[in-house]
Amino acid sequence: MSVFDGLKFRKVYSPIHNLDPRMKFVYVIVVFVVAILFNQLLVLLALFFMPIPFVLLAGVQREWLRSLRGAVFLATFIFIINIATRFLGSGYVLTIIDVEEAIAMTVRFVVLVESFSVFFLTTSPDHLGLALEQTRVPYEFAFAFTTAVRFVPVLAEEAQTIMDAQKARGLELEKGGFLKRIRNYIPILIPLIVSAIRRSLELAEAMESRAWGATKNRTNLYELKFHRGDFLLLAINLIMLATAIYLRLQLHFGYVSIPTISQILF
Amino acid sequence: MIEVEDVYFSYPNNVEALKGVTLTIKEGEFVAIMGQNGAGKTTLVKHFNGLLKPSRGLVRIDNVETTKTSVAALAKNAGFVFQNPDHQLFSETVEEEIAFALKNFGFKKDIVKQRINWALNLLGLTQYRKTSPFLLSGGERKRVALASVLAWNPKTLILDEPTIGQDYRQKEKLRQFILQMQTQQKTVVIVTHDVEFVAECNPRVLLMKEGKIMADGKGTEILTNQEVLNQSSIVLPQIAQVFHKLSHFGLPKNIIDLYEAKNILLKTLEKRQ
Repeated sequence: MSVFDGLKFRKVYSPIHNLDPRMKFVYVIVVFVVAILFNQLLVLLALFFMPIPFVLLAGVQREWLRSLRGAVFLATFIFIINIATRFLGSGYVLTIIDVEEAIAMTVRFVVLVESFSVFFLTTSPDHLGLALEQTRVPYEFAFAFTTAVRFVPVLAEEAQTIMDAQKARGLELEKGGFLKRIRNYIPILIPLIVSAIRRSLELAEAMESRAWGATKNRTNLYELKFHRGDFLLLAINLIMLATAIYLRLQLHFGYVSIPTISQILF
Repeated sequence: MIEVEDVYFSYPNNVEALKGVTLTIKEGEFVAIMGQNGAGKTTLVKHFNGLLKPSRGLVRIDNVETTKTSVAALAKNAGFVFQNPDHQLFSETVEEEIAFALKNFGFKKDIVKQRINWALNLLGLTQYRKTSPFLLSGGERKRVALASVLAWNPKTLILDEPTIGQDYRQKEKLRQFILQMQTQQKTVVIVTHDVEFVAECNPRVLLMKEGKIMADGKGTEILTNQEVLNQSSIVLPQIAQVFHKLSHFGLPKNIIDLYEAKNILLKTLEKRQ
């Protein structure tokens, strides 16, 4: 569950939290694109270190590190698969380049996790909903999305209570073979699903009694506007994307080459 | 016997819910734990069947430390009924719901059947034997949850907010039932905000505030102590309120029992006539 902890928003104020979520999302997409464009470790490492100033500025380093720790399992898995396929595919030899490429693939995954983590850690569900609305996503969808995000911690807490209630009735989750263990979760999942459905019906009724959907044009209490910081981030985004595409084309036509880490080191 | 010695407990998010709680609950005692939301009531009782283990200090149930045994083993002696029945109901029929714990504890088939009948009868649920628990009303679901715990006849019964959503008759039945448990030397611990219910039962009352026990004593003592109750945002039971307001007529202040109140008032009225 620690991966999800790393995505949980906590209300604090920082220059990063105040940035427009749309622009932050563009940043995530740009990092995404650049990470996919290159498979050289040097570039990916640069991307790996890039969010650190953002994280420090936002003051969310603890949560951010936790999300990274949560990604360790999958990252290890990706690394092992990469090493194994390279090892088996090349007739049981493993060069330093192979290792470097495997590390590059792992770092690529971590880069994606960390940029998403920064986004979710510094963007409140409300802002996210506003952003969706202002990008003309129908309000129903924007609302459904923000509600879903907001209810994740509530559900997690409820799951814990249900587990306690069933343990108090003698349920032992870790008992039995593989199939038995899966079956052990039925007494947890059914109450969880039933109460989630019940809650959603109640929420729907409560909203309708407060005139949900009565008019087409809702008034928003807040509106998102681009500020100086957003334009700065836009500039960073554009420069990063342009440089990356330029470099990638140069690389493609063989005008430049990116040294491997092993070349730099030895 | 439940022994709690200087227990501290912090949740993973660093909220310290218990800050040095010490108490002993003897066999056959009836204890009501009261206090504001977030005072640590539920956290404390979750230590009684090992669902939570103390961060510091120790909890012993019948001389066994809770850290040295499993929840399942402790649960067999300490039945815990949660506040919200929807957090535990999952079976297709009420009968199966009650059988769940019995099967977990490995009771024999004929005993399981016998215990189901007993529990259904006790809580007036026999006609719902084959009904889905999800089709029942809130109060009925609560009784199914209670029946599913009572079924294995635990030595200690812990009830978290048992009176919520129950009408007066059901509350009265619950009270009768608790009294009956007491005649069988069973320990009953309830966590509740329901002052009137506690006043009617008149058990030992534990008042909690901010993770500590603020007061511990007889119901008549604590539920008539305005000062202590104020600190935990509890109002006096109605009978006590009347006696407090009429104290200048020479009426005693420590009355919470309806029967006792009636007798005293009768006597006073007779004297005046």
